[in-house]
Amino acid sequence: MTELIDIATRVAGWANDGEDVEAFVVHERETEVRAYEGEIESLTAAESQGIGVQVVIDGRQGYAYAGTLDDSALRETLQEARDNAQFTEPDESNGLAVPDGVTPVELDLYDESLASFATDDKIALAIELERATRAADPRISGIESAEYVDILSDAAVANSAGLSAVSRETGCYLSAYSLAEADGETQTGFGFSIGRGPSELDPAVASADAAERATRLLGAVKPPTQRLTVVLDPWVTAQMLGIIGHTLTGDAVQRGRSLFADRLGDSVAMADLVLVDDGTNPDAFTASTVDGEGLATRPISLIKDGVLQGFLHNSYTARRGRTVSTGSAVRGGFKSGSGVGAHALALRPGNQTQAELIAGIDDGLLVQGVAGLHSGVNPVSGDFSAGAEGLRIRNGELAEPVREITIASTIQRLLLDIRAIGSDLEWLPMAAAGVSLVVDDITMSGA
Amino acid sequence: MLDHELINRTLSTALRTGGEFAEVFVEDKRSSSAMLDDGRVEELTSGRDRGAGIRVVVGDTTGFAHTADLSESGLASAADAAAAAARGGGGGVREVAVSPVETPRTNSARIAPEDVAKATKVELLSLADAAARSEDTAITQVSARYGDSRRRILVANSDGLLAEDDQVRTLFSVSCVATGDTGLQTGRESTGRTIGFELFDEADVEEMARTTAARAITKLSARPAPSGAMPVVVGPGGGGVLFHEACGHGLEADLVAKAASVFAGRVGEEVATPLVTLVDDGTMAGEWGHFTIDDEGRPAAHNVLIKDGVLTDYMWDHLRARNEGRPSSGNGRRQSYQHLPMVRMTNTYIENGDDDPADIISSTDSGVYVAQLGGGQVNTATGDFVFGMTEAYLIENGQITEPIREGNLIGNGPEVLNRIDALGNDFAMGHPGTCGKDGQGVPVGDGTPTLRVTSLTIGGTAA
Repeated sequence: MTELIDIATRVAGWANDGEDVEAFVVHERETEVRAYEGEIESLTAAESQGIGVQVVIDGRQGYAYAGTLDDSALRETLQEARDNAQFTEPDESNGLAVPDGVTPVELDLYDESLASFATDDKIALAIELERATRAADPRISGIESAEYVDILSDAAVANSAGLSAVSRETGCYLSAYSLAEADGETQTGFGFSIGRGPSELDPAVASADAAERATRLLGAVKPPTQRLTVVLDPWVTAQMLGIIGHTLTGDAVQRGRSLFADRLGDSVAMADLVLVDDGTNPDAFTASTVDGEGLATRPISLIKDGVLQGFLHNSYTARRGRTVSTGSAVRGGFKSGSGVGAHALALRPGNQTQAELIAGIDDGLLVQGVAGLHSGVNPVSGDFSAGAEGLRIRNGELAEPVREITIASTIQRLLLDIRAIGSDLEWLPMAAAGVSLVVDDITMSGA
Repeated sequence: MLDHELINRTLSTALRTGGEFAEVFVEDKRSSSAMLDDGRVEELTSGRDRGAGIRVVVGDTTGFAHTADLSESGLASAADAAAAAARGGGGGVREVAVSPVETPRTNSARIAPEDVAKATKVELLSLADAAARSEDTAITQVSARYGDSRRRILVANSDGLLAEDDQVRTLFSVSCVATGDTGLQTGRESTGRTIGFELFDEADVEEMARTTAARAITKLSARPAPSGAMPVVVGPGGGGVLFHEACGHGLEADLVAKAASVFAGRVGEEVATPLVTLVDDGTMAGEWGHFTIDDEGRPAAHNVLIKDGVLTDYMWDHLRARNEGRPSSGNGRRQSYQHLPMVRMTNTYIENGDDDPADIISSTDSGVYVAQLGGGQVNTATGDFVFGMTEAYLIENGQITEPIREGNLIGNGPEVLNRIDALGNDFAMGHPGTCGKDGQGVPVGDGTPTLRVTSLTIGGTAA
């Protein structure tokens, strides 16, 4: 197979005078094994590739893609992107990322052992995961899914301004969704184990979590509506951070779609809160050496001591905001151009464990799961409301499970009402790390 | 799309390791979309995806592989990979001869996307932008999106089936931000049909833009949503997504088979008030979830799931139906040739009742009127669901009064079905949706008349 970088460079090199061209090329190999009742339910072996080309002519931008790297498709895709550019309106901020002198950090994101990991071993892991999840607790009544998935991904980006970069990474995970039943009531739970290579996967962890999450809500009640202090589980905090990260992008700010638009330099969070986006953190599963435009990723301070420090930028939002790119171009595959977003968000952890945080709360709620966060958060007004489940906290101890409730506040108030941050920082399969968070004065709606 | 002899040879290769069933799914999809934001047409994107997915079934095991290479060798190596993945005990040569099944085409585009000039598509966006901004100076941001796709598929399998379809979809959406003393509020509106550019003969994008703008402006004066359990009246077309999430998913036979559905083992039982008849119907011409054949080659069908409150049937794909020795219900769908098909909904709706919608509201002392629900999700095993309300109002003394701000609505599917105490006669389809399941998105439609649920939990901030 031709090297991806050669393809990307070749296409970028076809730029006409007065034309900017960026080519993004990706090749992925993926295996997915699903196990059910001790057998393979399905085994998918997939290989896919594609190219996305962006052309800017006189400030007008066009994009085209193809799910193949055939020679003829490369030319056609460039021509189609060129043609598309004729029909958009000019924007002086459109253009390419230009080399900025920041050297990408060396990160080892490719585990060679995954490439040679035998299919039979993948099958064995999936079957063991399913078996262990069924056996984890007598109340486990079924398995919705138990799977092993791995992805080996190679990508290259090159532009006619001379920037080019490659990235290689591997990832694999085990994931189980289980059903638990008691007294005619059913609950579900998930568990996972994730790594860059197979040696990091542990079916025991994934199965135990899947069983624990499913069984802990059995017997849950719907509590009355009230305002109280909540502890957000790391899993929930990470999801909230993802949404906050979106509101801190140059794109959201410049388009009047961020509640933080005019708040640079303001105190927007509890006094010692520190929020950083750092794609170079090798502990993050979403770490990468370069961003979607080929610039080096770097640590970006977003909130320091509760004060809003800055926003995330790709080359477009940087030009538009008369600043520099923070290496925050992100791509969702080859079918669209780069957007702007966080790579790996994390709060600076505190020094108390979740149990210690809970011990200091008389009447509260440990929120272990949220649903409908995306539909329930308005990043413009900051209003949010999410379905939630978890355990009540009474006199510093965990009490009965509750479900079919919502928690609601605004992002603004949530950040200011944080009382404490836990010491239990953990990286999760998303562009954010989780950590326990104690937040005062949240509305819990129930019966 | 592919030579029949080549299909036969590919299927034979796929069956070489003893497979009981093999299938070739070929897809050639072209899409284009244009985005306007911030007063400018910012981007026009177009693309093409073309390839084949091959699956082999042995016992309860499915092997699957896909390729973008539709040459004889490309198909053969994908067939080999799928066969190796399934690994039956048998082996040997099995000849396959497919024969075309002519399913009368029920979907047709009068004006194909490729026959419309890009400039014409893009112009719609500017019209919408201008119309929204002229509605009120409080409109500070407008974005609009045009999208079309033409998806040609061919399905052939070792039972001899060979079927093709040509699916054209066209979509338009507008969203507005209004700025006022109370901050920023948003409004959104969309239309999408399984037809071509003739969509815009019936859909007036300027009218849509004005409606969207008015929605955002209305919300500027909205009060915080109440919190707690209360009666909820859902407007026509606004609540279909609720039944899609809260009941539809639980009626998918793959989830039922794993007992991951609250409706497992309940066919013949009363699962809803007698007012409720729930239907999934892939044949509804032009609707967003419409097609001639599903992604397993079965004709779309009108499937009654709940009749007068009694559960009558689930939805089926080939594999689940085969296990039960019954025909598929035409609900086998997949996102693309890179995905395995599974049981999916098409257009899911509640049939009309007899009540006058005005009476439903006037007989509600206090509660919430939801004109539009946003996205949501459901836990099919428990039936618990959550939805965003994107347009909602208070009902006070039998009248719709003030708008309320966004919030979530939560409940439980089976409980909601048993709490519907009024059903209007004003059926309407809702907005085009993309249903996600196991990471695959497919276009779906939904609809309802006005209806009342005696109690749902509203998750607002007002105590």
